[in-house]
This record gives sequence, C-alpha cells and structure tokens, in this order.
Amino acid sequence: MSSASGTKNSASKPASTRAKPANKAEATADWVDGRLGIYSLAKANLRKIFPDHWSFMLGEICLYSFIIIILTGVYLTLFFKPSMAETVYHGTYLPLNGIRMSEAYASTVNISFEVRGGLLIRQIHHWAALVFVAAMFVHMMRVFFTGAFRKPREINWLFGFLLLCLGFFDGFFGYSLPDDLLSGTGIRFMEGAILAVPLVGTYIQMFLFGGQFPGTDIIPRFFTIHVLLIPGIMLGLLVAHLILVFYHKHTQWAGPGKTEKNVVGMPLMPVYMAKAGGFFFLVFGIIAVMSAVATINPVWAYGPYRPDQVSTDAQPDWYMGFAEGLIRFMPGWEVSVWGGHTLNLGVFIPLMIFPLVLVAIAVWPFIESWVTGDKREHHILDRPRNAPVRTAFGAAWIALYLVLLVGGGNDLFATHLHMSINTITYAVRVGFFVVPVLTFIVTKRWCLGLQRRDKDKVLHGRESGIIKRLPHGEFIEVHTPLAQKDLHTLTAHEQPQPLELPAETDENGVARKAGVIAKTRVKLSEGFYGEGNQIAKPTTEEYHEITSGHGHH
Amino acid sequence: MSHDMSENLPEAHGASHGTDVVSHDDPFADPGLPAHEPRRTDIDERAAKRAERQVSLLFVVSMLATIGFIASYASIDADKLVYIFPLGKVSALNFALGMTLGVALFCIGAGAVHWARTLMSDHELPAERHPIEADDDVRNDVIEQFKTGAAESGFGRRKMIRNTLIGSMALVPLSGVVLLRDLGPLPEQKLAHTGWDKAKPSQPIRLVNMNTDTAMKPEDIIQGSLTFAKPEGLEESAEDFQQQIAKDALMLIRIAPENIKDSESRDKGFEGILAYSKICTHVGCPISLYEQQTHHALCPCHQSTFDLADGARVIFGPAGHPLPQLKITTDEEGFLVATGDFDEPVGPSYWERPR
Repeated sequence: MSSASGTKNSASKPASTRAKPANKAEATADWVDGRLGIYSLAKANLRKIFPDHWSFMLGEICLYSFIIIILTGVYLTLFFKPSMAETVYHGTYLPLNGIRMSEAYASTVNISFEVRGGLLIRQIHHWAALVFVAAMFVHMMRVFFTGAFRKPREINWLFGFLLLCLGFFDGFFGYSLPDDLLSGTGIRFMEGAILAVPLVGTYIQMFLFGGQFPGTDIIPRFFTIHVLLIPGIMLGLLVAHLILVFYHKHTQWAGPGKTEKNVVGMPLMPVYMAKAGGFFFLVFGIIAVMSAVATINPVWAYGPYRPDQVSTDAQPDWYMGFAEGLIRFMPGWEVSVWGGHTLNLGVFIPLMIFPLVLVAIAVWPFIESWVTGDKREHHILDRPRNAPVRTAFGAAWIALYLVLLVGGGNDLFATHLHMSINTITYAVRVGFFVVPVLTFIVTKRWCLGLQRRDKDKVLHGRESGIIKRLPHGEFIEVHTPLAQKDLHTLTAHEQPQPLELPAETDENGVARKAGVIAKTRVKLSEGFYGEGNQIAKPTTEEYHEITSGHGHH
Repeated sequence: MSHDMSENLPEAHGASHGTDVVSHDDPFADPGLPAHEPRRTDIDERAAKRAERQVSLLFVVSMLATIGFIASYASIDADKLVYIFPLGKVSALNFALGMTLGVALFCIGAGAVHWARTLMSDHELPAERHPIEADDDVRNDVIEQFKTGAAESGFGRRKMIRNTLIGSMALVPLSGVVLLRDLGPLPEQKLAHTGWDKAKPSQPIRLVNMNTDTAMKPEDIIQGSLTFAKPEGLEESAEDFQQQIAKDALMLIRIAPENIKDSESRDKGFEGILAYSKICTHVGCPISLYEQQTHHALCPCHQSTFDLADGARVIFGPAGHPLPQLKITTDEEGFLVATGDFDEPVGPSYWERPR
C-alpha cells in the first residue's frame, strides 16, 4: 500500500497522474476503474454500513432462492422438451411403459429417472420455488409490521409486492409445465376461470390455448412465459429493489446511539460480504439437503394429463391455496343477463377477490400515510405493538389468508380430521367475514396491553423476584430500575396525534363543510391514534414522580 | 409497587434525586452508542486460533463433500434404490448427490459466517444518513433546465407537431395488438357442441366403455356402478383425442326407474341408465366420485355435488348448473347409442352460453 515507490516513476510519465500500482491486483483495478469508474462506486459502498438483526436476512433468503431457481432452471431447460407432441413412453420407469403422453411429460420423467442428478436439480428447483414465495411472504410481513414501508420506501414496497405476485404466477406456470395429471387439472381450472370472464372470456381462452382446451400450444406458451417473460421482469424488479435498498440505506431498530439521521452496524466489507455471501451457501445447502431427503411433486406417480381423468386431493402449491379457497367456498351463483347471456358469478367473483386480497395489503402504506398526514422520512422501525391498527390490519389479513387456505384444503381437512366437508365449507363462508374482524379486535387489544406493559416497565422497572419485608411488616417485591439505554429504547417511538384537533379549532362552519373524504380521514385518524387507540407513553415527569420514591418499592 | 404518597404530587417532578441508575435530567435521553464489548477471540489468541481451525475444518469438509459428489455421480446407478431410515426406500443417487452437495454448500456458508462472527471486527460503526430529497437550489435548477429544454424543443408551442406525434405514438402499438390475432381461432360455436354432434337418429353413435374399449349393452351397466364412456370412433391415438375427450367424456349410471325423481331425465335415459357429461360445470374437472346409495356424484377438485337421480341438480359446492345429460337409446343390435348431441354446452359456463 505504500505509495513511496509509486510516486517516483509516475513523475516521468505525463500521460497519467496516478501513482504506480503496487502490484498486479492494483494494476488490474486501475485498468477497470479507467473504463468503469469502479473506485467512485466502491468508495460509497465498500464499507457501507448494514445494521444487524435476524429479521433483515429474510429478504436475503428471497434473493438467494431466486438465484438458485435460475441456476437450476437453466439446467432443466437443457433436458426439458416443452412440447405437447404425443409420444409413447419406453423408459426406465416401468409403470409408465407403453403409455401415451406428451413430450413435456416424458422428458420430465426422463429428467427424474435417466438424467443422473436430474431428479435432484428438479427437486431443488421446486423446493427453492416454495422457499422463495414463503420467504417473500415473511419478508413482506417483516416490512409491514415494522413500518419499514414508510417514506422513502413506498416504491420499493410496491416493487417487492410485484415480485411476490409474479412469483405466484411463475410458480403456477412452472408446475404446469410437466403436463402431468395434477398440473393439467390446474390448467383446466385456469381455463374455466377465464371462461367466466364476461364478454371476452371465450376469446381470451381461444387465443391463449390456440383453440379449444387443451390444444397443443399451451405448454410451449407457458414455457416461454415461465422461463423468459416473467423471470426477465422479475430480474429487473429485483435489481431495482436492491439498488433502492442500497440507496435508501437499511432501516434499523430504535436503541442507544441510533437515530433517524444515522445507520449503525457493520461494514459491507468484510463482515457482510462474509455473512451474506456465506448465507447464500447456507440457504443453497439446506435446500439441497431438503431435495435429497424429501420428494416434491412426484409427477411420475400422477401419470400424464388426460382431460377425463383426475386424482383426489388435487391441490395447488401452497401459495395458490388462498385462491383455491376462494373458488371452493363460493356459492354457485350463475345469473342470466342481457337476454340470455350467462354471468358465472360463482367463478367470476372469486377471480376478482383474488387480486383484491393482494392489493389490500399493497396499498396500505399509502392509506397509512394519508391518514397520518406524515411527510417525513422514517428509518427507525416501529415495534408492532406501537402501531396497533397497522398490526391488527396485518394480522387480520393473515387470518383471512389462512381461512382461505383452510378453504382450499377443505377436502384434506375433511379426510384427515374426519369432518364433514359441507360443514367445513360453510364454516369457511362464515369465517371469511368473521375471523379477520375478530383477529383485528383481538390483535389491537393485545398491542395496547403490551404498550401498557412497556409503560409499566419504564416507570417501575423490572420485577426482580426479590421479596422484601418493610419495617412496618409490609411485603413488597423489589423492582430493578431499567438502565438508561433500555428506557430510551422503550420510549423512543413517536405517538402521532389524531388529525381531528386542527379540524376542531377551525371555525365550526368551515370544518363541518369538509367533504366526505376529509371526514373519513379524520375518522380514520381518530381510529388510529385517538383516545383509547394508543397508550400515552410515560413522560419524564411521570418517571421522576414515581422514581423519586426510591427505596420504597 | 408502593411509593411515598407525600411525594405523589404533580409538583414533585422538579425534585430529581440523584441515586437512580439514571442520573440524567431526561431519563429517556439517548445515551449514545454503547462501548464495544470484546469477544473471547478478540482478547485470547488461543481462542482466535481455535476459531481459525474451525473455519478451515468446515472448508475442508466442503471439499471432501464435493469429491463425494463426483464419486457418487460416477459410481451409483440412476435406478438403484436404498433403504434409509426414516425415509424408507429412496433413490440412492438422488440421496447421495443431494447430501454431498448440501454438505459442500452448507460448510462453505457455515465457515464464512463463523469467520465473520468470531474473527472479523465486530465494532459497530455509525454512518450518516442524508435526506433523499434534493435541496431547493438543486430542485429549482433542475426545473429551470427542464423548462429551458422544453422551450427549446418547441413541444408546447408547435401544436401540430405535438398532436401528430401523440397520434402516431398512440397508433403504433395497434400493430402489435393486430399481430396477436393469430394466437387462436374465434370462439364461434366451438364450445356449444361436442363430438356427439355427429350422431343422428339415422346414424346413431355407440357408447364405448372407456376401459375395455368395447360397445356396451344395457345389461353391462349394473345398478350402483359408475362407467365411463366415449363415442365410438374416438381413438386414443387420434391427434385431437385430448380435445375431444375434454368434451365427450360420459359417465353412465343405472338407477331403478322409479327412483329417478326427474321425469325428463328418466326419459333421456334408457331403462334407468343415465348418461351424464363427466365434465364438471364449475371449471371443468372430470367428476369421478360416485356414491351409489345416494346417487350423488362429487367433483374431487372443488367438491361440487350433483344428485344424479334428480337431473344432476347441484346440491352442494360452487357449480352453477346441472350436468348436461345425453339422450341415449339402443340400436337394432341392442347396443347403447346416442342419436344426437347434448341439449346444452358441456363444461364450465361462459358468457355466450344460453341460459
């Protein structure tokens, strides 16, 4: 690193004012910098600070499983034949010998039995896809419940949401490709859903399938969508997502030394390169072991797709389970409109609720910032209890999702728990409306209870477990006061005030004339932050007042 | 939790007693970053050496596992099965490759993380954040530049250029839309008819048992059984077999005629033999579960349940209308035949479906 030797020679070369590189590596870096400007880029990022918390690695799992999916997916395309041309199977898997099937199905069976390691890569691909979607869900929940979506990160929240939705669909297209009995049934379901779209349903169906179901075009078309179109869009969104994470710098939890104006943690090089880089190998290793010990999607057992055959327990992959639930619990409403046209509400309504369920959580950041009227940047995370309405909404959303998942697996619940499938379905119909509401109420009360406990802890300290007898005979438990860092952590959060206040101080005539939207906003704001919707955090006065009686408790 | 009542007054907050852990005037103030606490490996060179050996060991295990992966690939047959507790019989090659690859990858990761946690510096450092928003000078400067650029282009002033540009940009994507036309045919009446359409009273089509591939006589269909059928002449080797069977598939049941509640349905059948479309009217799954006592048929996909003794009325689940029934009779040789198509389209409903 010494520049003493370098400066001597460079003086004689007027072409470059740069010191002579100390070694080959520096020389290479100089060469690259002269063309790409890597030094300026690295200056800002090489020692970039990342805060440390276990929940911040959930997004990493998404990233790494996505990379694993791409690596294994490229390998699979070398052997998979996306064709619905008919063939008769003569391979090493004897139970299918002599059976007619599509090239797609036959090549999937070959990947599983004849290509050495093919089964492993297929299973890694599928397991990684399940992990990918699951990790995106949990990552999204982390961001939601901690309020990490607030300004300036709303757009990145939307990028993440789009990645989740695209992940759903690419998963669906992916498991449809083998053209086995189960996945073909899934495509048939999709066809039925498309037909339920008013006016244009039959046209979309004919254009998508290249004719009547199933035709011979759908697998090749899904293949292009699955390996090129959607992954291409996802890759773009992913890069944008990561650039924004770097640009915004990571959020952090409240704590001593942590403010809205700084980020406290350890540098990218070396700690996070080692930790995050190592974590990629951990995720990959665990998924590889899962694929070694746990069979996933054994397409050879299902047989090739035939439109007149089906198996029981037909289930989509778990992330599509809530859509399956919607379609299963919906009553079969079919109405006649416009002189003899059929409107299949029994399928069309679930088809519309499906995106609405997803959009409900996607638009939350914008609803919250509108209700709050907060235009500031937020980099310190909220503890979920300190945002009771947000937390309750998120919990209600998860509850709705789970109710629908039960609905989607109603046949499994019925057979495994020996219950009536009719009862389960009716219960899901009721639960769809009731469970989210109950969850909202319970979660909100729970958050408020936890806020009270925090307040108690700040004012009275921790229960020490030591019982003391006072001179006059009274027994008390000694409370240990909290250290200042804990007091700070527990009281660092803000408590916004409802918007109602300025509206009231305005003259009554003007304020009353506010439109429905403004009134709703004030109402919502009251519901978020009004009386009884948050527990006022302890004040310095309260603290001094209580602690001044030290030694008596 | 008792405290001295005499001090429990609003005025008491000014009197701060100095014996608390918190000596600050503002007890909730940020005390700043806590001091770094050294780890064992920071102060004990032997512990550091031990950690170094552990990290290296993990990397060595990874190398060995990769060698094991290559050895497994070369030496284990793809169709060899082994018994492994508690998994049962599994593919030996898949298990060996997966485990060795998993261990090789996991150990690299574990080594790297262990290295970072024990030997790399764990000093927490603060970095400043800067607001995302540009300051007003930059903002005004940019808006000024944009206005200059816009003015120089004349986009706002030369309205004819602007309008024709917008027009051409709006039209050009139409070419792309038009190109999609050949993705598939128009729906026309394709969904309204099935392969049974070719049957005429003069040219009946026999019902062929799906499993035995033979025509059936009424006595072949016994009460309580469920038989799947297709039109005669539709062979599995036919190019459009999948497309045809998706609409033509039948299920035959036999119910004592007096137990058939729907008289129209009884008339369409033959001596209590009823031929219903096998394709569910919900989203098109083939219905395959039949309860002979109740004459209920259940679709295993979404549990739509049809009462086959009552014109396949929907009695449970999300299906919106009954299963279409094919009118059947027998030909002169006594085989079951159809003399025409279903009265209504089979399968899931759609906008143009008459109702």
